[in-house]
Amino acid sequence: MPDRLANGFRWLGKRVNDRVWRLGFASRFFLMILVYSGTALRRFFLTIREIYFTGVLSLIIILVSGLFVGMVLGLQGYDTLQRYGSSEALGILVALSLVRELGPVVSALLFASRAGSAITAEIGLMKATEQLSAMEMMAVNPIARVVAPRFWAGVISMPLLAALFSAMGVFGGYLVGVQLIGVDEGSFWSQMQASVDVREDIMNGVIKSFVFGVIVSWIAVFEGYDAEPTAEGVSGATTRTVVTSSLAILAADFILTAFMFRGA
Amino acid sequence: MNRLTLDLWVGFFVAIGLASLLFLALKVGNLSGANLGETYRLEAKFDNIGGLKVRAPIKSAGVVVGRVSEIRFDSENYVAVVGMQIDGRYKFPRDTFATILTSGLLGEQYVGFEVGGDPEVLKNGDVIKKTQSAVVLEKLISQFMFSKAAENGDKK
Repeated sequence: MPDRLANGFRWLGKRVNDRVWRLGFASRFFLMILVYSGTALRRFFLTIREIYFTGVLSLIIILVSGLFVGMVLGLQGYDTLQRYGSSEALGILVALSLVRELGPVVSALLFASRAGSAITAEIGLMKATEQLSAMEMMAVNPIARVVAPRFWAGVISMPLLAALFSAMGVFGGYLVGVQLIGVDEGSFWSQMQASVDVREDIMNGVIKSFVFGVIVSWIAVFEGYDAEPTAEGVSGATTRTVVTSSLAILAADFILTAFMFRGA
Repeated sequence: MNRLTLDLWVGFFVAIGLASLLFLALKVGNLSGANLGETYRLEAKFDNIGGLKVRAPIKSAGVVVGRVSEIRFDSENYVAVVGMQIDGRYKFPRDTFATILTSGLLGEQYVGFEVGGDPEVLKNGDVIKKTQSAVVLEKLISQFMFSKAAENGDKK
C-alpha cells in the first residue's frame, strides 16, 4: 500500500514537473520566434506562402459558418425579442454579439482546428522525417525558416478572418431578420449603428482576435516543434494543439472580456 | 503553385479582410457618428444626475447635439458636475435650460437642452446655470404613496 501511494505521488510529481517544464520551454520558444522572425519579415514571400495555407484556405469554412451563425442569431434573437415587443433591436443583438464575442471566439476555434492542426502536423512531420535536423546541418535556422513564417502568417490572418466572420454574420442576420421575417430594414441598421461603438466594440473585437491569433499560432508551432518524432507523436501533438488552443482561447476570452467590458 | 498566383490569392484575402473591417466600422458601427468634429465644452451642475453615464447623448429638440464627456462630484457644493462636448455647429443661448431626461419609461438617460431667448450664446468653458435634476422614480412613488395616505387620513 505505501508503495502504491509513493508511486501515485511520483506519477503526480512527474506530470506537474513535465507541465511546468513544457510551459517554460514554450515561453523560451516564443521568445526565440520573436528573435528569429527577422528572416520571415525580410523574405516576406515565406510568410505570404503561409498566409495562403492558413488564411486563404480557411476562407470557405469561416465565411459559411459566419453566415450560418448570423442566421441562427437572427432567428433566435427575433424569437426572444418579439416577446418584449422590441424586435427592431434585432440589429443591435446580432451585431454586438458577433463583433464582441462570437466573431473572434468562434473564428479562432475554427482557425485552431482548421489551420493550427495543419501547422502542427506539418512541422511535426518535418521533424519526424529529420528535415529540421537537415536544415540545421546546412546552417539554416529552422525556427527562422520554418516556424516564424507560420507564426506570423497565423497572427496576420486571424484578425482578418474574424472580421470576415463578423461581417458575414451581420449579413446572415440581415438576411433572416429583414428579408425572411420582415423586421423593418431602416431600424435594423440605424439601431445597430447607434449602439455599436467603433472603439469600444469593434476595436476590442479586433484586439481579441489578434490575441487569439498569437495564442493559436504559438501553440500550433510549439506543439509541432516539440512533437515526438514518430507517427504516434505527431498525431498526439495535433490533438493537443486543438484541445489546448481551444481551452486557451476560451480562458483568454474571459480575461480579455473582464478587462474590456466591466459593465461601466 | 507559382509565386504570382500565391500573391494574387493572398492579396485577395487581405483585401476582402480589410473590406469587411471597413464594413464593420462604417455600416455596423457608424464611424461618422462617433466623432462630432469640432466641439466646444460646456459644464452644468445638477443636484442629482440619476443614472446618467459618460458618453450619454445631449439632445435639443430630439436631435443629438453632443455627448457627456465627464461626470465628477463637486465636494464644495455637494453637486454633480457634468462636462459636455457640444458640436461646434450648434450654438445655444446663455439662458439654456439643461434637464436630465429618460428616453422612454425605462430607457437610458440623456441631457436635454431647452433653448431660452438670450441673444448671447454659450462659449467654450461656460457653465449652464439653470438645470433640473433627474427624476428619481422611487421618490416619485413615495410622494404618491404619502399623499394617498394623507388623503385617507383626512377622510376618517
